Amino acid sequence: MEEDNVEDIEVEVLPSMWPEDIDAAGKKFNVEKPGADQDLLEDVTFIEEPTIVDFQRLLELTNYSEKGSSQLSYLVKNWEWKQENAVRLLREELENLSKQQREVELKKLEILEEHRFEQESYGGDKRPVSILDEVYEIFQDAPKRRNDVVIPDQRIDIDDEHDTDTVKYWKQRAWHLEKLLDASIQREQILLEKLDESIEKLEKQSSPVEELSQILKRADNFLHFVLQNAPVVIGHQDKELRYRFIYNHFPSLREEDIIGKTDVEIFKGDGVKESQDFKREVLERGLPGKREFTFETDLFGAKTFLIYVEPVFSKAGETIGVNYMGMEITDQVRRREKMAKLREEIAVQKARETELNKTIHITEETMRAKQMLATMSHEIRSPLSGVVSMAEILSTTKLDKDQKQLLSVMLSSGDLVLQLINDILDLSKVESGRVSRPFLRHFRIRDSRFSVCLYRFLQFPFPISCLFSGVMKLEATKFRPREVIKHVLQTAAASLKKMLILEGNVADDVPIEVIGDVLRIRQILTNLISNAVKFTHEGKVKINLYVIADPCPQDQPKPKIENDELVLPARNSVLDEHKENEPQSHETVVWIRCDVQDTGIGIPETAIPSLFKKYMQAGADTARKYGGTGLGLAICKQLVELMGGSLTVSSKEHCGSTFTFVLPHKVPHACESSDETDEFRDMDDNASTEDDVSCGFFQFKPRTLGSLFSANGSNRTHDLMGNETSFNKLDGSSVVAESSSKRNFENKNKSRTKKDKENHGDQDRAFHNPSNKKNRPSITDGMRVDSDRNSGCVSSNVNHERAKTSARPKILLVEDHVVNVMVAKRMMRQLNQDMDVVNNGAEAVRAVQRCDYDLVLMDVCMPVMDGLQATRLIRSYEKTGNWDEARLAGVEPPDLPSGDQILKEPRKRIPIIAMTANAMSESAEECFANGMDSFITKPVTLQNLKQCLERYSICPYQHRNYIAIYFKSSKIYTKTIVHKQEQQ
Amino acid sequence: MLGFGAVRLRTDMNRLLSLLFHQGVLDEQFLQLQQLQDQTSPNFVSEVVTIYFHESEKQLRNLRNLLLDREMWDYCKLGIHLNQLMGSSSSIGAKRVRNICAAFRAAVDQNNRPACMRALEVLEHEYCYLKNKLHELFQIEQERVLGDTVRYPGAVNQQ
Repeated sequence: MEEDNVEDIEVEVLPSMWPEDIDAAGKKFNVEKPGADQDLLEDVTFIEEPTIVDFQRLLELTNYSEKGSSQLSYLVKNWEWKQENAVRLLREELENLSKQQREVELKKLEILEEHRFEQESYGGDKRPVSILDEVYEIFQDAPKRRNDVVIPDQRIDIDDEHDTDTVKYWKQRAWHLEKLLDASIQREQILLEKLDESIEKLEKQSSPVEELSQILKRADNFLHFVLQNAPVVIGHQDKELRYRFIYNHFPSLREEDIIGKTDVEIFKGDGVKESQDFKREVLERGLPGKREFTFETDLFGAKTFLIYVEPVFSKAGETIGVNYMGMEITDQVRRREKMAKLREEIAVQKARETELNKTIHITEETMRAKQMLATMSHEIRSPLSGVVSMAEILSTTKLDKDQKQLLSVMLSSGDLVLQLINDILDLSKVESGRVSRPFLRHFRIRDSRFSVCLYRFLQFPFPISCLFSGVMKLEATKFRPREVIKHVLQTAAASLKKMLILEGNVADDVPIEVIGDVLRIRQILTNLISNAVKFTHEGKVKINLYVIADPCPQDQPKPKIENDELVLPARNSVLDEHKENEPQSHETVVWIRCDVQDTGIGIPETAIPSLFKKYMQAGADTARKYGGTGLGLAICKQLVELMGGSLTVSSKEHCGSTFTFVLPHKVPHACESSDETDEFRDMDDNASTEDDVSCGFFQFKPRTLGSLFSANGSNRTHDLMGNETSFNKLDGSSVVAESSSKRNFENKNKSRTKKDKENHGDQDRAFHNPSNKKNRPSITDGMRVDSDRNSGCVSSNVNHERAKTSARPKILLVEDHVVNVMVAKRMMRQLNQDMDVVNNGAEAVRAVQRCDYDLVLMDVCMPVMDGLQATRLIRSYEKTGNWDEARLAGVEPPDLPSGDQILKEPRKRIPIIAMTANAMSESAEECFANGMDSFITKPVTLQNLKQCLERYSICPYQHRNYIAIYFKSSKIYTKTIVHKQEQQ
Repeated sequence: MLGFGAVRLRTDMNRLLSLLFHQGVLDEQFLQLQQLQDQTSPNFVSEVVTIYFHESEKQLRNLRNLLLDREMWDYCKLGIHLNQLMGSSSSIGAKRVRNICAAFRAAVDQNNRPACMRALEVLEHEYCYLKNKLHELFQIEQERVLGDTVRYPGAVNQQ
């Protein structure tokens, strides 16, 4: 049992004698156990130079600063604890040993005592038995059983308590105890030895300072190991921010340059001052802080450092300096900034996208609404026109005064509604044009200037019309600005019910003729004028027209325009010279500015921004007082912008407003304009004097108000009457008495009508053809009627006709179906072109063999020979100069002097245009593959045909314009006719 | 009340035309045709339409014959006739006839004889409808023209 005890002690105590980790509490360093990593650190070479230490200061710090002293005391305590532990353990061991020793001695004593007692008892026995003798014999009587006991060796069976009395037993026992004692003594000796050894070792063990410095060295080594490549600067600065210690991996300064100096003294450049201020702030506030600084260094440019500064306190709690650590994060900062920028961009992009989506959605919705509106307006208009025309008819019947008044109200209301619907229709057309311009939108066209640039770039008369044909067509026709102004003013004067003077002033440098969409321009002018008249109660309404410099000069050199301006007024005389000098004058663009000035109520400044918005008027009371829908100006603006110009307004309240629009116009080729002069002269209502053409001043004074209401004829007649009177005034003749004028007028007309009936009886229907009137009536249409009639008797016109025929291009139509032929022929006549017609491909080839054509319009599907084959044959001829292939195909050329054909070198390539129905199988590719130049889809429209001819520079000699419905034009047109008659 | 008559006729015509447009019987091409009509050929539209009817009747006859001819099923000829009919119909703006022609052609291409027969039926019906309506239209116009000449015997604004 004692043995076991000893064993236990050994197991428990011995391991704790050798503490495994002396640094158990020194977590701050966490240095690996020495020995295991010795090799690792041996391999590493340390460059210890970067550390620059002021040792004096370090000593001071450890002495004075709380941290330093605590650090030191901690280490000492640690060592002391360790030693104490060892001592304690040894003491325990000693105690154990001595305890055991005592026990053993006790045992010994006990044994001895027992032994004595035994002897005594033995002596006291009644039957003393000498143990020296053979006394065992005596005990033969003893239970026999005992005799049988065999003791094989000296070991006795101690379990047998009955044998305790035997000497043998006690001998055995004594022997055994002696043995135990021996062992115990032996162990004691071993332990003593061990104790000696341990004491010896203890003596041998290093002093605390040595151990400490070793630990410190290891920690230091590790620190160096870790820091050797770290881009950090570690330092300590004292109270005055002088460096006491610095670790810098990239030292550029020597010790003496740094220690004892402040940042500002060492470095210079941006950021140094700030960082020092920051350190000072930390020092003062006593709270650690982190901040980024950008230093401007001479060597590396801008470098950003993240600096952590921590105050150091003395034992008394005062700050005695700062520790700081800096890390270079230039790249990270740059990356971070880049990321931020990217994130920002993404956000912007996303916002833009959503905005765009929204816009698209809105646009689509708007378009749908617009279409709906257009359809509705259209639907409303047809029954309404029935109502209005009925009312007009009714007004011609016999009515009493009340009825007449009611009727006139009804008519004017009807007119108003029609006007309103037309406005809406126009607007939705313009707007749908605006939104369905994918091409323009693609270029992000916001302002009209760009579209002008685009237009120049493309060298098209009106690019927009080409880009979205079908939505709202802009016509490019020649017109005379002076005439337009005059007509507009006439019209306005005719319905003038106020004492206003209408004036038109056209500057001399405005060309006689320009190209543009005359109807649209007229609409704009009419709108502006009626607006001006509406808001003007006395004074003048004036139109000024003059040429201005190109608002965005580009490829057109300015002198050229000026040159044109100079030349144009005297056009006829210098015609030839002009032509020679300006072969490109076809493309000359002139910017014409038009001011519509009034002396009306003006527009308050606040209302100007919303002026051009739809359904907006300057104010609610304005709308109530003057009526109107507020659509007019919006339409004008959109129209002007559609044509590549701009509309602006300037106004002064109670003094008047000026609406100004600037539009680019092409100036027609001088040659052509001379050709057409006669045409225009015919339609010119007055005698065709040169003076009249270039006269730039018109004035219209109001008629007497009384006469307006004193008419006894029908409304319509009266209207015409009034108009006629104003014409008289315009022409400068003295004021004619109204009645006499009317009489003259009627007389003249009667005679004229009679005469006409004989020759042109059937032509009257043209004026009242509902389709004509309803769908596309136009002024020029009416004028042409007149010109046609006159052409017969004016000899100069005949000459012109002849000249034209010789120059007229030859066109061949290849079409098998008689209806299509009729329609196409008719259209060509509208475009004033003659045309030969053949019925199939073979005939077409023959026709081409016979005669040179400038253009071939070729149907694709035809009997006998289709258009594709015919085209191939013609192209083959153009290439080879002979008709061999045609012969092979069975088309014999007529008897021609073959040499004549071959001699013609180089053979001109005839433009061949396919006419296809898109639903049919023949595709555009097929047409092009067979040598066709372009194609028109069937059914052929006049517009298509015209564009096609224009493309192949066969300028259609135009008579008529087909332009979107212009409600008022029918009235104007009638007036013009009447006026002409009057003149004759 | 001559004037009233003229206006009524004009309104009737407009109404009829808008009906035809609304039903899709006619399209813009018909307006083009009307625009082509001027004083030098005042009856242009009716002339063209008359020729169209004349030609179309022939073609319809041909189509029926070709379809009824059970032994010979001549796609080629059917196609040519249909093309012609389609071309001329689109030229005068007979939208519905043209569309049916297109459907007919598709049926021919698919070699679907029953569909062809049906298409022919529809085509004939549509053709008759168009013819009736256009005749009506021209009749009204004729009346109106007549009325016009009577209406303003000494009117100021007539020449």
